[in-house]
Amino acid sequence: MKLEFSAADEAFRREVRAFVSANLPADIKRKVELGLRLEHEDYVTWFRKLESRGWITPGWPVEHGGPGWNHVQRYIFDEETLLGGAPRIIASGIQMLGPVLIAFGTEAQKKRYLPNIRHSSTWWAQGFSEPGAGSDLAAVRTTAVKGTDADGEHFIVNGHKVWTSYAQWCSMMFALVRTDPTAKAQEGISFLLIDMKSPGVELRPIRMLEGGTDLNEVYLDNVRVPAENLVGELNKGWSYGKYLLGHERTGIAGIGSCKQQLARARTLAEQQGLGDDPLLRSRLAQFDIELMALEFTALRLLSANQKSRVPAVEASMLKVRGTELRQAIYELLVDIAGPNAVPFSAEAQFLDCVGDLPAPVELGTLAANCLDSRKLSIYGGANEVQRNLIAKAFLAA
Amino acid sequence: MDFSLNDDHVALRDAVQRFCDGEYPAHQRGNLETPELAATRWAGMAELGLLGLPFDPELGGSGQSAIELMLVAQELGRSLGGGAWLSSVVLAGQLLAKAGTPAQCSRWLPALASGDLRLALAFGEADSRYDLSRVATAARTVNGVCRIDGRKTLVLDGDTADVFFVVARSAGATREPHGLTIFAIDAKARGVHVRPFATLDGRHAAHVDFDGVEVGADAIVGTAGEALPLLESAVDGAAAALCAEAAGAMEALLDLTAEHLKTRKQFGAPLAKFQVLQHRVADMLIALEQVKSMACAAAMAVDAGDAPQRRRIVSAAKSLVGQLGRQVGLAAIQLHGAMGMTDECRAGHYAKRLLVINQLFGDAAHHLQRLSAQPQC
Repeated sequence: MKLEFSAADEAFRREVRAFVSANLPADIKRKVELGLRLEHEDYVTWFRKLESRGWITPGWPVEHGGPGWNHVQRYIFDEETLLGGAPRIIASGIQMLGPVLIAFGTEAQKKRYLPNIRHSSTWWAQGFSEPGAGSDLAAVRTTAVKGTDADGEHFIVNGHKVWTSYAQWCSMMFALVRTDPTAKAQEGISFLLIDMKSPGVELRPIRMLEGGTDLNEVYLDNVRVPAENLVGELNKGWSYGKYLLGHERTGIAGIGSCKQQLARARTLAEQQGLGDDPLLRSRLAQFDIELMALEFTALRLLSANQKSRVPAVEASMLKVRGTELRQAIYELLVDIAGPNAVPFSAEAQFLDCVGDLPAPVELGTLAANCLDSRKLSIYGGANEVQRNLIAKAFLAA
Repeated sequence: MDFSLNDDHVALRDAVQRFCDGEYPAHQRGNLETPELAATRWAGMAELGLLGLPFDPELGGSGQSAIELMLVAQELGRSLGGGAWLSSVVLAGQLLAKAGTPAQCSRWLPALASGDLRLALAFGEADSRYDLSRVATAARTVNGVCRIDGRKTLVLDGDTADVFFVVARSAGATREPHGLTIFAIDAKARGVHVRPFATLDGRHAAHVDFDGVEVGADAIVGTAGEALPLLESAVDGAAAALCAEAAGAMEALLDLTAEHLKTRKQFGAPLAKFQVLQHRVADMLIALEQVKSMACAAAMAVDAGDAPQRRRIVSAAKSLVGQLGRQVGLAAIQLHGAMGMTDECRAGHYAKRLLVINQLFGDAAHHLQRLSAQPQC
């Protein structure tokens, strides 16, 4: 056992830090630090910088362009990029579809799609959730019926997807669709790649409580999808979906984000003259403790022979704890803003409009950020669903 | 950063687990020990090498680190066992090993390791709460003879200790960091009065009065007047071990609770089927994983020997373990229903130990405060 990072790990940390400070454009950094909205080109700009260094797909195998990092390096990378003010990697192509294609896709699919994901030239929407389904993904009702005509084999897809993040920036969608309506809930689902420009695809943005419109509804009306866009076997889509959701383990606790926001809280507290407030100091110290516990737990559970008591639920535990801690830190940020949390302008959350914000620029976004953070305990399987998984594995008779 | 155990660690853990399973039968865990039972178990721990674990081999020990102490403490916590191991070996013994003269070490440590002698650290006083520098017990030296006057409270296992290490003020006003000296005083010395009592968790402690006890300069352990850093590091070491004990206790308590939820039926179904109970259990499991991680981190920080880092991590660990340990302990009583309120049910015994663990060597609020006063690393 050893508490320190190795000299090689520390060298890697310095390397990442230097890269971020040399390559992250100042306006993007400023947006992140102020909690302002990022635009598509902000992400693409930063992701392409990472790509040029070979760092955009940390979770991918080396032969597909991954850097071959161990979990400690991935953890350091995550922490250093976020502490340096970089946007987090959110493209679902990189974190979700990539690993599935690598594991289950055909050679043609890998060749066609993986390079474009790495270069951020194709953004992928995740078409999993449906109205009325919530975290119950097996409740998929969107249908895909296989047929053949003069143009070859294809699926005809009909249905309605919802909560599709950043679909407005996406040219492709990976979706769970029902291909066998007679099978039991989790069987008869397939994993399909859908071109968003196909006739019959319609997008409607959803206005969210903090003023953003990054989530969408996607209507699919007799959309024709070539049969070659099926990933893996027909009716086995559920297991690929589960693989996808369980794949991202290192980053799931969001420790880098926690540190980023806690550092923001300390800076703002000082600026607000609250540096010596005993109650605030004690709340900050409590967060230090809980963050330390989360960080050591993530590193311990991800290391070789120290698994949790309940096999395979490490990711659920880290998700629950990490998201709830982040939300609590966002609540603290609102408290630091005080009455300045009250004025609101959805438009002024863009960098070129910050002057229009009716509150000091550092404080004017905190309430919106706090509201936005409520999604953390809802997406990726609501925290209640994670708790069910944890308890059921432990209490299994 | 490495949290993995090697083969020796696993072997040690398994050996202690076997010992505990034999010595502490499940239905007796947490019961007040009779002197006879305590003596048998103490001899068993000596035989297993647990009483000399951190000491040099030439002093009868095996020279192990805080990691090994953590593994032992975790197993003892699981069985609510260990008796005076924490107070005598981890706290007082390690303080002696670190600061004692060669003569002092060879006089007491081999006897401690073989089970023939027990040590206790007497540092707390009625007004001191968790402030280690708040010492009113006075040490006055006249013509080479030190005279100790004062009352020490909550001396863990003070009822059976053969030698007390007593923190006294040889200079300065109460709460000053300088002027503290530690004296080794024989429990049978004239002027030592031991008032034993039972503790909430079924263990033993004593208030000890020192009325004009006279010792020579050879009784001083460490540097006269500069005992605070030594005391602080000894107490941090014990606090780290307590975190591990709490992890073991919580783990055993969760197993008990799971067993109860799986077997007890209400409204036609096992309790384990009720979602509201499942969610409580999930939170308890997450708490357990965090406590285990912090216990590892605290042990590693104690070993690293860097005082600011040690203070920071031990405080974080002890504060979180205090909060979560008590929460889990009390939640387990709720999950056991009325059965959990009875003395027969072991859940309450674990809860009591976890409650006491928070109150020893600085509670959650104390360590939160100590941490917030530390500079950011």
